[in-house]
Amino acid sequence: MFRRVLAGALALAVPFVAADVQAQEKVLKAVMHADVRVIDPVWTTQTIANIHGALIYDTLFGNDGNQKPQPQMVGKYEISPDRLTYTFTLRDGLKFHDGSPVTTKDVIASLKRWGAKDGVGQRLMGFVTKMEPVDDKTFTMVLREPYGMVLESLGKSQSSIAAIMREKDALTDPQQQVKEAVGSGPYMFAKDQWVPGSKAVYLKNKDYVPRTEAPSSFAGAKIPGVDRIELVWISDPQTTMSALINGEIDFYEQPTNDFLPMLEKARGVKLMKTGKIDSTQGMIRLNHLHPPFDNVKARQAMYYLINQEDFLRTIVGNPKYYRVCKGLLTCGGPYENDGGSYLMKEYNPKKALQLLKEAGYKGEPITVLSATDHATITPATQVLVQAMREAGINVDAQSMDWGSVVTRRAKKDPPAQGGWNIFVTTSGGVGSSNPVLHTWIGAACEKGLFGWPCDPEVEKLRNAFGMAATEEERQKIAKELQTRAMEQVVFLPFGQWDTPIAFRGDKIDNVVPNTGLAVLWGITKK
Amino acid sequence: MTSYIVRRLFATLPVMAVVALFVFFLLRFAPGDPAAIIAGDDATAESIAAVRAKLGLDRPMVEQFVVWVGQLLQGDMGVSIFSNLAVTRLIAQRLEPTVALTLSTLFVAVALAVPIGVVAAWKARKLVDRLAMAFAVLGFAMPTFVLAYILIYFFAVQWQLLPVQGYAPIREGFWPFVESLILPSVALGITYMALIARITRASMLEVLAQDYIRTANSKGLATDRVLLLHALKNAAVPIVTVIGIGIALLISGVVITETVFNIPGLGRLTVDAVLKRDYPVVQGLILVFAGAKVLVNLIIDISYAFLDPRIRY
Repeated sequence: MFRRVLAGALALAVPFVAADVQAQEKVLKAVMHADVRVIDPVWTTQTIANIHGALIYDTLFGNDGNQKPQPQMVGKYEISPDRLTYTFTLRDGLKFHDGSPVTTKDVIASLKRWGAKDGVGQRLMGFVTKMEPVDDKTFTMVLREPYGMVLESLGKSQSSIAAIMREKDALTDPQQQVKEAVGSGPYMFAKDQWVPGSKAVYLKNKDYVPRTEAPSSFAGAKIPGVDRIELVWISDPQTTMSALINGEIDFYEQPTNDFLPMLEKARGVKLMKTGKIDSTQGMIRLNHLHPPFDNVKARQAMYYLINQEDFLRTIVGNPKYYRVCKGLLTCGGPYENDGGSYLMKEYNPKKALQLLKEAGYKGEPITVLSATDHATITPATQVLVQAMREAGINVDAQSMDWGSVVTRRAKKDPPAQGGWNIFVTTSGGVGSSNPVLHTWIGAACEKGLFGWPCDPEVEKLRNAFGMAATEEERQKIAKELQTRAMEQVVFLPFGQWDTPIAFRGDKIDNVVPNTGLAVLWGITKK
Repeated sequence: MTSYIVRRLFATLPVMAVVALFVFFLLRFAPGDPAAIIAGDDATAESIAAVRAKLGLDRPMVEQFVVWVGQLLQGDMGVSIFSNLAVTRLIAQRLEPTVALTLSTLFVAVALAVPIGVVAAWKARKLVDRLAMAFAVLGFAMPTFVLAYILIYFFAVQWQLLPVQGYAPIREGFWPFVESLILPSVALGITYMALIARITRASMLEVLAQDYIRTANSKGLATDRVLLLHALKNAAVPIVTVIGIGIALLISGVVITETVFNIPGLGRLTVDAVLKRDYPVVQGLILVFAGAKVLVNLIIDISYAFLDPRIRY
């Protein structure tokens, strides 16, 4: 009452023109897992930059809920019988936010920039010999070998989407961020209203022509259902939960697991699984360059320290949201298999130490990069360190913030000279479901990811997967690859989990589930 | 007085130079690499090195320092490594919430603390004094975030009287602006209230023991006149000092309060920039904070001359 009286009194004295105009707009207020700080989804692999990118940029293809690529900007396409020439024709009505039409020049320049920066794009461009426009709407892509992941790569919906930009933006050096965020997607970025660390604003693109198919993850109709989307950054999970319960925000992308029971009971709040595939896979990465883990026997000994239930109960708690998965390719994904899972048969610290000793371990300190500020990686590291200590391993757990882990893990020096032996990280469930997109499963030696596993056979199998012509062939190769990669211990999996989306079911409708990047188009306000 | 102010302003230059030197090199020596954070989780070492080179972070540290100082001398604080926006713009965006929170917190703190301190001194060693000081100790001892969550739970979630979080700029309307500041100001103000109340009491007790107060009482002046006009004005110097320190602390970041109530102020900008290793933003912010502290101290010193005519510069 007091609030109403005071507000009424003040309303008489103060004009509320701007507030009234905004109140008439349909505004979606969403809190994501991070704040938008970078506006170029190609320059960084940060998930939040790609959520931003997916709102304002469109892609040629979009992978659907089953991870199958479907045309998005492309109207029709043809693949030559020898699978070497792809001809793509853009659909009608595609326009950038500045009003200019999307042409094949924009598309080719964008693909070249993406292909020079993104890992999946680089792999694709390794097979491309030329891309040429036929006219403003049609272009060809010619391959030197029949690579089987062309459309999946163009439609990928995890980090660094193949965003189509204006040619003048796409000509920016891939190592530099574009200055303007002008795309042809369902929402337009309001750069003048952007407050990094607080709020990013997107306005409905009234000229956007959605596809007619039903929305499914990144495929189908992208309908801008509200006038304005505000990605509000609230760093405190408790405050975010209270704001959702209070109706101050509509959508909470990644509620903390501790708060799920409260959100389940909150009036008006709904929880929804992000997609068919779990959102996150846990990984322990060993450094293959230095002892003791330069020896495969020492690496395999570490399997005896992994009881996935211990990790998952600590990180997630409720079994409804996690899954034990003794494989490297996402369980529940299209290439789930049991290859190599025999290596994770039991938790046995004594056996782990015994095998480590047999591999030449003499009690020297094992340096673990221990992040202190990460919701899942921090507790997972603590579980691992405890298991190692239980085994009698000399653990040197070095505490630091996640930003320092990210820097330190890039060092190839021996642990005693600023390097490391072990760090814990996570990978997106969608990317991890595909042997080519799952970069952490690679073993490309010095050119690979941190930890630098080195095994030509693994790389050969990943290439073979990419070249496979049939689904049966892919399934067979995926199993061989996982078996080999687990034997080489490219990483140790400690399970997978899903963080449901929480939203106000009494205020918004038509939320499109998608694992990986949250999909905000399609959402309408009641 | 004017020459004193000019001298003090010139004296800030070496202070700022030292601050600039320290903040630049301390940041570079601290672990962490913005290029690795930008490149993301799936980036290779080569990709990180390429980003680092494009940002100029692979150049010698001294060269980077000279470039930065050169920019500063032209009034340019540089651009954020992440957002590509000018540091001055980022700071300007955050200034209004911080100033608003600082002023509203001080209002709450002073409005409560000075009467409590005065009454406690007047009724020294009596029940009122003990209750007032117990309240002050409790306010000082209770962590701000605990009080903040309690306030949110009752006033926002349970009774829905005030918003949980967020800051409404004054241009969006006066009531939303006030509404967004009530809970954070109370949560933060209670701590400062406790500090100021204790100083007020101590200072008042000293003044109330002076001969001129006894004389004022003897000649039959009303108690409120004695307390407010004779005692409080003469007890004001230490109180103003504490308030001034409070202003400086509030400007340089009340991170926890800003985080819990989601107020996009300078404190949160600082913490975010430090965690992301956004060097130009951290450097710019530290210089602004140093400048603000120097300025607040100058204002406090000048105010002494007005409060106590015996003080002359």
